[in-house]
Amino acid sequence: MRSVLPILTVVMAIVALWYGAAVMLNRQWTLDQAARAGQELTLTQVVADTMVQDRPKLPAPHQVGAELWKTTGDMVLQGRAFSKRSLIYHGWITLSATLLGFAIGTGAGILLAIGIVHNRAMDMSVMPWAIASQTIPILAIAPMIIVVLNSVGISGLIPKAIISAYLSFFPVVVGMVAGLRSPDRMQLDLLKTYSASRSQVFWKLRWPSSMPYLFTSLKVGMAASLVGAIVGELPTGAVRGLGARLLAGSYYGQTVQIWSALFAAAILAASLVGIIGLIQRVTLKRMGMAR
Amino acid sequence: MQTPIVKADHLDLVFQTNDGPVHALSDVSLEVMKGDFVSFIGPSGCGKTTFLRCVAALEHPTGGSLTVNGMTPDNARQERSYGYVFQAAGLYPWRTIARNIKLPLEIMGFSKAEQDKRVERVLDLVDLKGFGKKYPWQLSGGMQQRASIARALAFDADILLMDEPFGALDEIVRDHLNEQLLALWARTHKTCLFVTHSIPEAVYLSTKIVVMSPRPGRITDVIESPLPKERPLDIRDTPEFLEVAHRVREGLRAGHAYDD
Ligand SMILES: Nc1ncnc2c1ncn2[C@@H]1O[C@H](COP(=O)(O)OP(=O)(O)O)[C@@H](O)[C@H]1O
Ligand SMILES: [Mg+2]
Repeated sequence: MRSVLPILTVVMAIVALWYGAAVMLNRQWTLDQAARAGQELTLTQVVADTMVQDRPKLPAPHQVGAELWKTTGDMVLQGRAFSKRSLIYHGWITLSATLLGFAIGTGAGILLAIGIVHNRAMDMSVMPWAIASQTIPILAIAPMIIVVLNSVGISGLIPKAIISAYLSFFPVVVGMVAGLRSPDRMQLDLLKTYSASRSQVFWKLRWPSSMPYLFTSLKVGMAASLVGAIVGELPTGAVRGLGARLLAGSYYGQTVQIWSALFAAAILAASLVGIIGLIQRVTLKRMGMAR
Repeated sequence: MQTPIVKADHLDLVFQTNDGPVHALSDVSLEVMKGDFVSFIGPSGCGKTTFLRCVAALEHPTGGSLTVNGMTPDNARQERSYGYVFQAAGLYPWRTIARNIKLPLEIMGFSKAEQDKRVERVLDLVDLKGFGKKYPWQLSGGMQQRASIARALAFDADILLMDEPFGALDEIVRDHLNEQLLALWARTHKTCLFVTHSIPEAVYLSTKIVVMSPRPGRITDVIESPLPKERPLDIRDTPEFLEVAHRVREGLRAGHAYDD
């Protein structure tokens, strides 16, 4: 609870800065309009106008808040939570691709890490490729994945999930390799004195030891998955998902829509990462590994 | 004539390192008889740990011969001849004390009922009755180390290898643990190989003290202790005790002679 005050202070500061920036950025348009109409505006009039423009350069916080409400809570109240204008609907589209991609990426990442830790050849060969894969800009790869899969008749959820997986497997590989290697020599020697098999070493020592690392990489992986899903919605001219909302917003200069989609994505990411954090806390506490 | 439990014959071990070869053990010959309590003492780097690791088949000598229970160290390990106690207790934080002690038993495939029985027995041996359900962090350092000794005892190995098991603990706890260890040794008739760099600890515990010196790691003296098997803590003030301690100190000094 002690952290509430500092957090609130920071939030207030950000909101204040944001309002300030909105005034600065939107002022010119207000002044231009007034000049064209031959009007003289007082300072308060200018400031007031910068807060209510239809297509502001930077929408004010309350505009974004109102738009978010209009496209989520309000839709629910009207019983249209899954209509095409609802952010809940678009959020769900993106979320489903994120979760599927996250599952694939995490699974692949864990398997690769197990391979790397147990097999010298994989240790030498897989890591460089994994690193190389992440140096290619995702924006360059995403359209190719979508086009290629489209040409074999796969579209919609799967291509986006694959892009998500492509981004999320990497932090899992890196984290799990470190985690599975975290037992020190003494611990490994102890099991050796019992003549333990490799799979016993894995299940009794390496896997439990890697849990703190797993959760940390899952958090990074989840955030990367969401980015992947959104990026996957951009190049296709998709009409569904948060990425599509971002894109449509920028086509039509709907800055309020862009910002509310951005916030929806951020809230989604924060909730997903928060859920993993919660599971992490419970699990590590039960394992006596809470730090 | 008894056959020795551990027999090292002109043992040599050279580590090839990036800085060139390190002669960790040179011409080490030693016999340990059943029921002996043998301490290895010497400055760090003299090969105490390396010798123990050779007995445990965690290192392999580059020369000479070594048998454990009349077998090669590798076979002796397969036969569960020894339990190894490291300097750190190394208990798994995610397992209770009882389940930590079960670790070797699970790996070796003991039945559930047998596991429970053995856990009870060894907890009693190290005076930790009733602590089975606790987690390691709920125990003091000394208790954790006792739990790790219990883990090493759980599968009935005849030999107990201990590498500075009390090195990280304070003097008072250490005295207490030494007393308990002697009692345990008397009750179980195990053969103990014990690494330390405390002279009083070595003299107090041992029937035989092996003094070693570094570069290359070798044995400079082997002292058969004249002390009785029954040893209260205040035996450390008797003339016999001080005489043995003196001889150990002499041996250590001799080993150091051409260092300084
Ligand atoms: N795995 C290893 N590789 C290379 N050198 C080693 C290794 N283990 C021990 N040594 C070296 O062998 C010597 C003896 O080490 P050790 O047996 O640990 O000594 P002690 O336990 O008596 O302090 C030291 O010089 C040490 O640096
Ligand atoms: Mg040592």
